[in-house]
Amino acid sequence: MAKTIFHIANSRGNVDLGWLKSNHTFSFGNYYNPERINFGALRVLNDDTVAGGKGFGTHPHDNMEIISIPLGGGLKHHDSMDNIAVIQDGDIQVMSAGTGIFHEEQNNDQEEDVHFLQIWIYPNQLNVTPRYAQLTLDKSARHNKLQQILSPDANDQGVWIYQNAWFQLGDFDKGSQVSYTLHDKNNGVYVFIIYGFAEVEGQQLHTRDGLGITELDDLKISFIQRTEFLIMEVPMNF
Amino acid sequence: MENIEILVVGKHEQIMKTIIRLIDAKTQWKGHAASTVEESMKLAKSFAFNVVLLGAGLTTAESDDLRSSFTVPVIQHYGGGSGLLFAEIYEAIGK
Repeated sequence: MAKTIFHIANSRGNVDLGWLKSNHTFSFGNYYNPERINFGALRVLNDDTVAGGKGFGTHPHDNMEIISIPLGGGLKHHDSMDNIAVIQDGDIQVMSAGTGIFHEEQNNDQEEDVHFLQIWIYPNQLNVTPRYAQLTLDKSARHNKLQQILSPDANDQGVWIYQNAWFQLGDFDKGSQVSYTLHDKNNGVYVFIIYGFAEVEGQQLHTRDGLGITELDDLKISFIQRTEFLIMEVPMNF
Repeated sequence: MENIEILVVGKHEQIMKTIIRLIDAKTQWKGHAASTVEESMKLAKSFAFNVVLLGAGLTTAESDDLRSSFTVPVIQHYGGGSGLLFAEIYEAIGK
């Protein structure tokens, strides 16, 4: 029997700095909740909104796999490896911070907000050489089917990271269903509803709700309304 | 109330400076930086550390040495900034 942990959207740690509004599913920065540290190798799931013309100044990272998924607007990235890029809705960005990297992220627009998910996964190797990658995804490829956007394999679909994790995005119509089979039965799955209303393992999930599920081989999701969502399969022991 | 003394061991000088600055900004937390096992043990003679954080760039042998040299919690620090730092320390000191 699968075990679940439900994180309703309004139970997340809320931060409002004016220029930054963020909801943290797990403890992050000054938000500390000992009941909300991680879900296996998934350590950070931040739902960020950055005001026009604003952003995160230069700051460091090390030993973490950092994935950004824009949901609206554009985010400009500049790092200490001289990568300069803008990611927009439909893109995915990944950094393996490894031995250390500095970067800044700014809203690419002076007026409109940028919305994005920032996800951190514990790496399966420490002190790797830092790397950066981004990919533009075909959004039509996730309509009523799962689109793999991340894996551990550089030759597989999507970006890759140093961890046995797989991410899928989906955009499903009302009344449809989908099944997901885990790559590794020792992994768990975290389902995050970007927008919509769905039912997963008997739990109804609305916009920005999250559900962690362990001890399962297959997952079935039913869509009560049109729903955009993210599935993150991650190791529970790493 | 006594300070929480925190030793951070790592090789990336700029990241170490950032981590020490973040620690020192917290009331009653005091950060100390070292880049080698030898430096760590020297500092341990002067300060009663409550927790030791292992930063980026240490070899497995260095991390193992540090884990076996201290009786207080010795934990791997991930992320290199403020994101996870405070939760890691709170968990280590049992808050």
